[in-house]
Amino acid sequence: MLRSVAEFATRAAATVAAAITQEVADGRPRVALSGDWTLTALPAPVAVLQARLRECALLEPSWDLSAITRLDSAGAVILWQSWGRRWPAKLAANDEQRVILARAAAVPPRQAIRPPASALDALVALGSLALAGLRNAREFVTLIGQLLLDLVYLCGHPRDIPLKEFSAMLFKSGAQALPVTALVGFLIGVVLSYLSSLQLKMFGADIFIVNLLGISVIRELGPVIVAVLVAGRSGSSMTAQIGVMRVTEEIDALATMGISRTVRLVLPKVAALACAMPLLVVWCAAAGIVGGMVSANLEMDLSYGYFISMLPKAVPASNLWIGIGKGFFFGLLIALIACHFGLKVRPNTESLSALTTASVVTAITVVIIVDAVFAVLTRGIGMPGL
Amino acid sequence: MNEDASDRVIEMRGVTTRFGSNLVHDGIDLDVGRGQILCLVGGSGSGKTTLLREIVGLLAPERGTVRLFGHPVLDPDTRVQRDVRRRFGMLFQQGALFSALNVFDNIAFPLRELRLVDENVIHDLVLIKLAMVELEPRHAPLMPAELSGGMIKRVALARALSLEPELLVLDEPTAGLDPDLADNFVQLIGALQRQLGFTVAMVTHDLDTLAGLATRVAVLAERRIIANCSPADVLDVDHPFVRSFFCSEHARAAMRATRRT
Repeated sequence: MLRSVAEFATRAAATVAAAITQEVADGRPRVALSGDWTLTALPAPVAVLQARLRECALLEPSWDLSAITRLDSAGAVILWQSWGRRWPAKLAANDEQRVILARAAAVPPRQAIRPPASALDALVALGSLALAGLRNAREFVTLIGQLLLDLVYLCGHPRDIPLKEFSAMLFKSGAQALPVTALVGFLIGVVLSYLSSLQLKMFGADIFIVNLLGISVIRELGPVIVAVLVAGRSGSSMTAQIGVMRVTEEIDALATMGISRTVRLVLPKVAALACAMPLLVVWCAAAGIVGGMVSANLEMDLSYGYFISMLPKAVPASNLWIGIGKGFFFGLLIALIACHFGLKVRPNTESLSALTTASVVTAITVVIIVDAVFAVLTRGIGMPGL
Repeated sequence: MNEDASDRVIEMRGVTTRFGSNLVHDGIDLDVGRGQILCLVGGSGSGKTTLLREIVGLLAPERGTVRLFGHPVLDPDTRVQRDVRRRFGMLFQQGALFSALNVFDNIAFPLRELRLVDENVIHDLVLIKLAMVELEPRHAPLMPAELSGGMIKRVALARALSLEPELLVLDEPTAGLDPDLADNFVQLIGALQRQLGFTVAMVTHDLDTLAGLATRVAVLAERRIIANCSPADVLDVDHPFVRSFFCSEHARAAMRATRRT
């Protein structure tokens, strides 16, 4: 305790800059150090000081540390490194300084951490990418299988059906998404109608705006826009929610209570999104049609009554069913992908952010791919005049 | 006390804190001198951790001032604030290690932010800090998620010590450790304090930690510091909280033991 008190007296005083004095005494070089050799008191740039010390060390002088007022591990490391990681032949230092220097001396030298790059690295990276993809696919299929087994189980045990979670999810991802999907759908309808009307007017084909708008919005744009919005809105929140539950061990807590995480967490999300998405698609397509109708009325004086009466003739009802079907599958896929990535989160922030990104990007990509498959499979259905 | 102002590491004057209509602190004055190990005790919800957060400037009190090393911790000049913040280290209750960085990078982080020394020096400094908290170089590449509770505390302590702080602030240093590990950790902090001579301000519930480390005890009750004295003298304070906190036979024995050392 006494020693510390003495040291505090010096600490309380203003810091003294570290200084090096080089001299020749009795025909032998001698280096005396003075001042505060502590991390915060070292004069910047430290590299200059280090170079100076190394220069001095080349002369193999006797070192005198007795004038150093304060020495901490940073000062000790800088000294030790400039001595070439060995004790100098002649050193005047007190016991306390020797203890601090000994701490620096005990550190193993820094080793090259990274092995040199080899020509095989690219191949290894490609291979591990492929393996990661395969692993992802297998885990995804396992998740789907588990959900099917859960469904079978719930058929036998209807009391275990997580109805509360389902309805909460339906509200969060469905009802609360109504304003944004309506707004986006409406604006897309306005823009699409305005741009096409400019072209159609050139050919005098104004009335075909109904066909164009009806088919594209109901069959194609509605489902895809809603899917992108929902993937960004609900998909990311599902991944983040399950991911944080992994980080905080809440999922493990569920497991110890004997509650299946797929039944309680994944299934309600998947079911809710598969129900909410078709409804959102209809809602968004309706908003798009209204937007297009308003725009056509302003731009081409097409009356609302005509537009509405033409719509059923121009757009066969099967298009609506295709749009709803797409919505169902997209919702299923987005929720499955979101939960799959959420369950893969490891307990650190980096993994959480990387997997949330991966979840949204994968969901949107998969939705577009599945949309293309749909387009091929339904190419003979719902086109007027076919 | 005959210390002059420069000897005070922490200086709180009239600190008042209010959360909504709930008055937590009502004009708290607290001084901590250099080299002291101050232990802040108080009932649950008495605002110990809040006071600690005000000391390190994470929370601004409604009224009153907190000065560290003679400078206001929430100085309007951000340079003064930064310089003050570089002079203390904080150990959070859960460690608060950066989960995306491994042990080495966690300890190296404050050093790198200083932009003063090169990677070679940082490497040696980090390994010295690791050795100080009795960890080995092979632990350096581990991620925080791979560490046990005791190791997280040690790494967090090493990070708090990485800028050679003059003040170490500890929030429940032994919470969540089993008695054996807690004992070890208390001894480690005590040994490091003797070696490096820093000042310590901590909050704890644990009597063994208090008895093993504290040179002063501040008791927080009824929104004030009702006692600020040596651990041995705190037993003589006549207050319901002090009596119930230090009442057990075990507690009294532990506290009396500090009188001898």
